[in-house]
Amino acid sequence: MAKSCSCEDFTRSQLLRRGVAVAGKGLPNIEPGMPLPAGTGLDRRTFLLRSAGAALAVYGSSMLSPRHFEEGIAQASAETSTNDPVLVSIFMEGGWDALSVLAPVRETKYKELRPVLGLTEGSGKVFTEDENMMWHPAAAGLAELHEEGKVSVFPAIGYEPSEESHFTSRHYWEVGQLDANARSGWMGRYLDLVGEANNPLQGLSLDYSLAPALATETMPVAAVSSPADYTMWAYGLGEPVSASAFATFGALGALPAPSPAYAQARNASYDTSLVLEETANFVKTEKESGDHSPVTYPAGEFAERLASLAAMLHTGMPIKCVSLNAVGSYDTHASEVDTLATNLEQTIPALVAFQRDLEARGLDQRVLIQLWSEFGRRPQENGSGTDHGAGGLAFLIGTRAAGKMVGEFPGLTKLDENENVIRTSDYRGMYCSLLEQWFQTEAGLVIPEAASFERPVLVA
Amino acid sequence: MKATGTATSKRADARARSRAAGAETSKHAEEQRKKHGKRRKHRHTRHKPKTHHRVTHAHGTVGVTVPVAPVSPPAPSPAPVPSVGSPPITLAQAQRLLWRAGFGPGPGQAESLVGQPLEEVVFGLTRPSDPPTLTGPEPVNEEGEPLEPDTAWGDDHCWWLDRMVRSNQQLVERLTLIFHDWFATSNNQVNSQPLMLEQNELLRSMALGSFDQLFLSVTTNPAMLLFLNGTSNNKWDPNENYAREMMELFSLGADRGAYTEDDVREMARTLTGWRNEWSEQRGNYDFRFDPSYHDAGKKTVFEQAGKWSYEDAVRLCVSHPLHPSFFVTKLWGYFIPTAPSEATLAALQGLYTSSSYSIRAVVEAILQHPDFYEGPEMVIPPVVYNAGLLRSISRPIDTNAWAWLSANAGQQLFYPPNVSGWDFSRWLDTSTARARWEMASYVTSKTYPNPWPSQGEPEYSATEDPTTALENALAYWAHPQLSAESEQCIATFAQSCLHEPLASWERGPCRAMRQNALRMLIATSPDMQVS
Repeated sequence: MAKSCSCEDFTRSQLLRRGVAVAGKGLPNIEPGMPLPAGTGLDRRTFLLRSAGAALAVYGSSMLSPRHFEEGIAQASAETSTNDPVLVSIFMEGGWDALSVLAPVRETKYKELRPVLGLTEGSGKVFTEDENMMWHPAAAGLAELHEEGKVSVFPAIGYEPSEESHFTSRHYWEVGQLDANARSGWMGRYLDLVGEANNPLQGLSLDYSLAPALATETMPVAAVSSPADYTMWAYGLGEPVSASAFATFGALGALPAPSPAYAQARNASYDTSLVLEETANFVKTEKESGDHSPVTYPAGEFAERLASLAAMLHTGMPIKCVSLNAVGSYDTHASEVDTLATNLEQTIPALVAFQRDLEARGLDQRVLIQLWSEFGRRPQENGSGTDHGAGGLAFLIGTRAAGKMVGEFPGLTKLDENENVIRTSDYRGMYCSLLEQWFQTEAGLVIPEAASFERPVLVA
Repeated sequence: MKATGTATSKRADARARSRAAGAETSKHAEEQRKKHGKRRKHRHTRHKPKTHHRVTHAHGTVGVTVPVAPVSPPAPSPAPVPSVGSPPITLAQAQRLLWRAGFGPGPGQAESLVGQPLEEVVFGLTRPSDPPTLTGPEPVNEEGEPLEPDTAWGDDHCWWLDRMVRSNQQLVERLTLIFHDWFATSNNQVNSQPLMLEQNELLRSMALGSFDQLFLSVTTNPAMLLFLNGTSNNKWDPNENYAREMMELFSLGADRGAYTEDDVREMARTLTGWRNEWSEQRGNYDFRFDPSYHDAGKKTVFEQAGKWSYEDAVRLCVSHPLHPSFFVTKLWGYFIPTAPSEATLAALQGLYTSSSYSIRAVVEAILQHPDFYEGPEMVIPPVVYNAGLLRSISRPIDTNAWAWLSANAGQQLFYPPNVSGWDFSRWLDTSTARARWEMASYVTSKTYPNPWPSQGEPEYSATEDPTTALENALAYWAHPQLSAESEQCIATFAQSCLHEPLASWERGPCRAMRQNALRMLIATSPDMQVS
């Protein structure tokens, strides 16, 4: 039989990609020997901003005011109060196996359905809210936070009728409704309500591309794969020409667009120039002063992103909603034991470090972390893995999290008509509670049929 | 078997409800926005003069739409597919055709086609003479050594990129890329560059053939068998991975009522029987069908019962009434961003079924359809953008940096993000736009004028005027078409970026920098991201 796929190989390619990202760090911001804006009496950032303003005055016609960049950014930053709530949404891609992360080890039926994959009682920490269940050993960090009252567990979350397609189910979670044609993300619609027209960082995808849950109808949002490396340079381009070149790059983004594709291209240029401005100081600080985090994070790109996020929040950047992908794929049709453990080992300690970092920096009152996956997996294992199921596992983590289980674990004796775990909470109820209790926003403005979902108490 | 009808209509009801609610939500959102907007405006007037408008460029990020097959498609029709006919091709038509059905024009290529009958130009792409010709220097890495696509990281990507840059069979390479996305397989799971390249050769060799044969070959392709656990699927422990995706992503589509969860389970049983060996030294090898691993019992798929095999599995999918509409719409979506009309969809399905599932026939019709030439732009995928820039300056593959540059831009060959392939609705955001800038900069790396030349290097003109500078920069990229607005914006930059009077020692260096900036602004302009 095949030795199939996954963990080691995935790790290797992650490492390679990371190596590549690190290699990019060595690139010069400006050509060596290039003079800075001499004689202007301005630092580079201000010089850049002024040039941007000047260029936009020329190119932007009535759409853009001269001081647009400077003011938009300054205001967005100034408006960020130290109490503004932040939601960090972390996606466990592929549909993680709820029954292995929080395993009902004392259930007889569990042992029958999971002769190979089943965890053994005593190998992990007992789940204090339901002693029939046990945390996966690699999720011990979550157990620790849970004991501190900082984790709300949704042991069987989903929706009806459940979908077993990765892409349909994930889409439902992203758009916050059971509509295959919906296009804006649920966090995106929240940002459309409360966002700023010139602050793309309000919705921040810490990834190589934009998370669909952040997709907006009207407001800009950003994707930044590595905040500490978010700079632009080009061969043979330096001061005094580069500032107005970058300003022109942004100005090209503000011109009229005759089609949706054109608009996407123009908006991306425009937003990129805004994000470049906003991250310039952050990049400078990071490079000059090194890592100021009081907490040591584990190695890896995921941990680096979380560390950057904590640092960005610390500097008061105007961030409201953040999306990240956790490490690895949880689509464990085969080789589940190794893959799941490896993924958890590379994710959970980084998450715990992030929470500790927030606590140490006094940011923990402002931040909630939501962990989700598109579905749970089939209780009946298939040999060395599990197929798609329903009734998944989600967490809400943070100092302000209520820390109380939402919906019980329904057990495995009775399954649904597709032999999947029965759902005891609806993800849209979670969204409604987050909107109302965390963001103080009327859920009905973001989630269709909001009135029909029960609101669990999520914020203490 | 579950009652498909009930489940579907329930879902449809739910969707109708949420659509209605969605409309309601938008209305509320509008009100809320007005409220918030007012509040903000009021707050801000305290801080700044009224002349500075806050909201200047509101825009969303929902992504562009990609056509998907309708739930209730029209029946296949024998009517001809609407066509532009065969007028003399214009420059704009030739450029669009070369970008969408290939990897952009080489220097002078689009211009040389102008005036030729459009149909002939299309046939030149769809009916290439064999074997393909690769013109120009062989690909090498940074050290000038031949690529090692079987073993070296990134060399696989660059090996294929080289074919995109150099092959005279541009559509074949483009279709290979399309089917790499269609039957997305990632080396993250396969972990064998030779097996990925073998699959790549399979896709290339069948790219203009019959879809049913291509589908069958992919079903038993080793890389795919590994990627979707085909060789972990046996009669004792059926594994549903391939069974689901072959219907959802490869042939029928989700949310159309084409199949049930029971069909997924039964389909998994029909696909059982594939095995392979594994050793520390050889990895996965000896992929074969073993009847003793196959569930030979009766299975019921799409309400048809029989002792189905993997060949039947493919046949059942392709002969499913909802397959032709899925196939032609999906293929159409790679070339045209707007959905086909009902009549076009019916005619394309008719063409597809009457031509024994011919990919070539459908592509030929799409490339001659009025919507192809008259419709809105599409965003150029990152790899195509990369190949196009290289083609336009006739730069061969002389580094494997393109692999990571392309990965950062959102598309590393042989590593699609998941089995549904790349997301064509949002190629561009603040991360990938920055990555495209970086990619374009690397493209110029061997031909940019050095502002600070060392001894012996030529000094840049100290007298180049702004108009000539822009002309030279456009010529560098073989004269791409920019919109009038963008060209005006870039021209204004050329005129204003040097703050005269310059000291004599600055004149050449600053003009070199302006030239480099102009090249970058042209290559990364929004206009160059779309076709």
